[in-house]
Amino acid sequence: MQTQDAIIPGSAPEPKLNYLTNGSTLRSWLLTKDHKRIAIMYLITVSLFFMMGGMYAAAIRLELLTPASDLLQSGTYNKVFTQHGILMIFFFLIPSIPAILGNFLIPLMIGAKDLALPRVNLLSLYIYWIGGALTLWALMQGGVDTGWTFYAPYSTTFSNTYVMAVGLGIFINGFSSILTGLNFIVTIHTMRAPGMTWFRLPLFVWAHYATSLVMILGTPVVAITILLLALERVAHIGIFDPTVGGDPILFQHLFWFYSHPAVYIMILPGMGVISELISSFSRKKIFGYEFIAFSSIAIAVFGFLVWGHHMFVSGQSIYAGLVFSFLTMVVAVPSAIKVFNWTATLYKGSISYDTPMLYALGFLGLFLIGGLTGLFLGSVGLTVHLTDTYFIVAHFHYVMVGGQVIAYLGGIHYWWPKITGRMYSEFWGKISAMLVFVGFNLTFFPQFILGYQGMPRRYASYPEEFQVLNIFSTAGASVLGVGLIMPVIYLTHSLIFGKKAGDNPWILPGLEWRTSSPPPTENFEVMPVVTWEAYDFSDENGLDIDEIKRQQAELATA
Amino acid sequence: MQNTSWVPLFPDQASTFAWQVDALYFYLIAISVFFTVGIVAAVFFFAIKYRAKEKYETPDEIHGSMVLETVWSIIPFIISMTIFLGGAIIYFQQYTSPPEGMEIYVVGKQWMWKIQHETGQREINELHIPVGTKIKLTMTTEDVIHDFFVPAFRTKADVVPGRYTYMWFEATEVGKFHLFCAEYCGLNHSGMGGWVYVMSKDDFEQWLSGNTAGQTPVEAGKDLFQNKLGCASCHAGGPQQRGAKLEGLFNSDVKLVGGQTVKADEQYIRNSILNPASQVVEGFQPIMPTFKGQVTEEQLNALVAYIKSLSPGAAGSSPGGAAPGAPAMTNTNAAAANKPAPAKPAAKPAANSNK
Repeated sequence: MQTQDAIIPGSAPEPKLNYLTNGSTLRSWLLTKDHKRIAIMYLITVSLFFMMGGMYAAAIRLELLTPASDLLQSGTYNKVFTQHGILMIFFFLIPSIPAILGNFLIPLMIGAKDLALPRVNLLSLYIYWIGGALTLWALMQGGVDTGWTFYAPYSTTFSNTYVMAVGLGIFINGFSSILTGLNFIVTIHTMRAPGMTWFRLPLFVWAHYATSLVMILGTPVVAITILLLALERVAHIGIFDPTVGGDPILFQHLFWFYSHPAVYIMILPGMGVISELISSFSRKKIFGYEFIAFSSIAIAVFGFLVWGHHMFVSGQSIYAGLVFSFLTMVVAVPSAIKVFNWTATLYKGSISYDTPMLYALGFLGLFLIGGLTGLFLGSVGLTVHLTDTYFIVAHFHYVMVGGQVIAYLGGIHYWWPKITGRMYSEFWGKISAMLVFVGFNLTFFPQFILGYQGMPRRYASYPEEFQVLNIFSTAGASVLGVGLIMPVIYLTHSLIFGKKAGDNPWILPGLEWRTSSPPPTENFEVMPVVTWEAYDFSDENGLDIDEIKRQQAELATA
Repeated sequence: MQNTSWVPLFPDQASTFAWQVDALYFYLIAISVFFTVGIVAAVFFFAIKYRAKEKYETPDEIHGSMVLETVWSIIPFIISMTIFLGGAIIYFQQYTSPPEGMEIYVVGKQWMWKIQHETGQREINELHIPVGTKIKLTMTTEDVIHDFFVPAFRTKADVVPGRYTYMWFEATEVGKFHLFCAEYCGLNHSGMGGWVYVMSKDDFEQWLSGNTAGQTPVEAGKDLFQNKLGCASCHAGGPQQRGAKLEGLFNSDVKLVGGQTVKADEQYIRNSILNPASQVVEGFQPIMPTFKGQVTEEQLNALVAYIKSLSPGAAGSSPGGAAPGAPAMTNTNAAAANKPAPAKPAAKPAANSNK
C-alpha cells in the first residue's frame, strides 16, 4: 500500500509533536479544539465525580452494616443515597464512555481529523463543568434528599433541601449531552474517510450513533420536566401536586420518558466497547456484525416505548401495565442477540487474556445476570413484589456497574497505550480486574436475595433479619473499592514509568491503531483510505505485520 | 408467629398470591440458571480451547450465520413471551379487586399508616385482619406518595395523593408480618412501617369487640353531612333542592352538563366534593363551593362511605356477570368500589385463586 509508510512511521530520530506535547500552557488546554485534549479533560473531571460518588457509596454501605441508623441519621442517609445517584448517573455514567472514549476515538476510528463541530465539543465540556460546579455547590450548601428520581409532590412541595440548585445543575448538564450527541451524529455522517462505508464502521461507532440518537431525543424531555418542577416549586403553578390541581403520576411519566432511554445511554456505549474488546483479543471478525449493529439501533428505538415499566405499581391503568410489560420483553431480544454473538465470536478464535479481555469476559457474565434479572422485573406480576426493593438496586447495579463501568475500565486499559503512549502494568491490571469482578458480585448478589425477602430500598434502618446479607454486601463493597482504586494508582504511575507502548501494541487492524501513539493533533499525517472491512484480520487488511512486530520487539529491547 | 417457608432465604408465604408469585420466580430462576450456565460454560470452553497458541496468530475467518441468528432471536422471544404471560395473569389478579370482601380504609401520612375498619376501629401502623377473608384496601395519602407493601403477601401498591388506589389480598397463614412503606417519602421513610397481624376468625372477632369502636365511617360521614359541613342543606332530598340527589347515586351513571356520562364511583364522589365545578350534573347550577382544604382525607373517606350507604342496592348490580371485576388501579373503574352487601349476584372474578 502506498500510504503505509506514512501512516506507520519508522523510528524517527527526534520525537514528533503529538497532541499531548503540542502546546503545554494552560491556555492551550482550556481553549483547545482538539477532541483528544477535550477527552482528557473529561477523563479527569469524570474520574473526580466517580470518586465522589464512590465515597457516598462507601458511606451507604457502612451505614447499612447495622440495622439501626447509627452511623448516619436518616436525614443524612437520604441525602447520601440521593447524591450518590445524582453524581453517578448524571455526572459519571452518562458522560463516561461517550465523552471520554467516544470523544477520543470516534474521529480516529473513522479516519477524521476531529469531530465535525470542534468548538461545540469544547462548549459541551464547559457546560458539563458549569452544571457540575453548580451541583457541587448545592451539595456543599446542604444537598438534596429527594432521591435521584425527584418524585413529586415530595420534590415540589415537601422537601426543604436544595432541589432547585441541583435541578438547575442537571438541567444545564443535559445540554452537554445533547451537544455531544449532535456532534457525534454529524461527525459519523459527514467525516468518514474515503472507503469507510457504514458497514466498515467499528461497532463502537454504531453503538455511539445509537446512544447519540437517545441523547438528542430524550434529554430535552428531562429538561422540560425539571422546568415544570421548578415552576411548581417556585411559582406554585399546579402541575404535579394535587393540592394545587396537579397530577403526581404525570411527573413519573415525564421523568421516565427520559430516564428509561437514559438507561440505554448508560449501557449502549459499554456494549460498543465490548464488541471491540472481544473481537480484538480473539483476533477474529466479530460474529454477526450487522445483527450487533442493528440491535443497538433497535434498543435505542424500543427504549423509548417502555418507560411505563417503572410505574407498574404507581396507579397507572393495568392495561397500560400489560402493554409496557410486553414491550419490555421485546427489548430483551436485541440484548440477548448481542450476548450470543459475542460468545460466538470466541469460537475458533486465538484468545489472549490481557487485562482488557478479562474485563470483557467479566462483562459477559455480569451483563448476563443483569439482563436476566431484567426479565424478572419486566414480568409484571412478579415485579409488583420486587419493585422498590433491593432486587431493583441489585439489578440496575449489575447493568450499570457490571455493564457500563466494567466496559469503561476495559476500554480505558485497552486504549491506554493509544491515549498516553505508555503501557500500564499488566500484572496489576489483571489483579485489579479480578478484584473488581469478585468484589462486585459479593456486593450486589446478596441484594437480589434481600430484595426477594422484601427489604425496601432507600431505608436507613432495616429489620434485623436482613443484617447478615447486608454484611456480605458491605464486605464485598470494600473489595470492590480496593479493585477500583488500584487502576488510579498504576495507571497514573505508568504515565511516567510505563514502558513505551508503540503505535500498535496489540497488532490490530482498526484505524485508530494505524497512527502513532499518542496520535498527532491532526490524527493522521496522511488522509487514510480504507480498503478493508471492520475487524479484518486477514492478509488484505493492509497491515505489515512483520514490520509492526519488528517495531514492538525494538521497543521491548530498548 | 412467623412461619418458615420451605426454602430458607425466602419470605413467608402468607397470601393466596404468594405461591403463584413464587412459582413464577422459580421459573425465572430456572431460565436464568440455564442461560447463565450455558453461556458461561461456552465462554470458558472457548477461552481455554482456543487460547492463543502463539501471540498474534490469525485464525480463520467466520462471518456469521443467518441460521444461528434466527434461532437465537426466536427462542428468547418465545421464552420472554411465556414470562410475560405468567406475569400478566398474576398481575391481573393482584390488581383486580374481588366483588366482595372486608373493606378497610388506609391513609398514609409522613410517616405513619392510619387505618380504619368498616366497624369503626382505628389503628396506626398495625393492621389486624382475619385469615381466609378477602381484604380490600381503599388507600390515599395526606401528603406525598407512599406505598403499602406486605412482602409475605407478595403485593404492594402506591398510595397517591389526590386519588384513591386499591389493593386486595387474602391471608392464608395466621401470624405477624412486616408492613413497609416502599415508596421513598422523606425523612423517616424507613420508619414508616409496622405489622400486619393475621388472626383466626374467632380471635379477630374478639379483637374487634375488645377494641373500643368509635363511630363507623358511615356514622362519621352522616354526622359530617348533616351537622358539621352542612351538606344536607342542599343535598337533603327535598323537592326544591339545589344539589343533586344522592340516594341511589353510587355506581349509577350520571349525565353531566355537556352531555358526558360518568359512573358515580368513589373517585367521582371524592372529586365532586373537592372540585364541584369540574363535573356538574345535568340540570344543576355550578354553585357548590369547594371543600378542598376543609376536609381531611379521613373525613373524605367517611363522607364517601356515607354516600355509598345511601345506595344499598348498588353493590351487587355493578358490572354484571360478563366482566370479571374491572381493574382496580385506575380511578375511573368502579369495581373496587363495590360494597360488601349480603346478596351477591356478581360473578366471581375468573382469575381469583382461592385455595
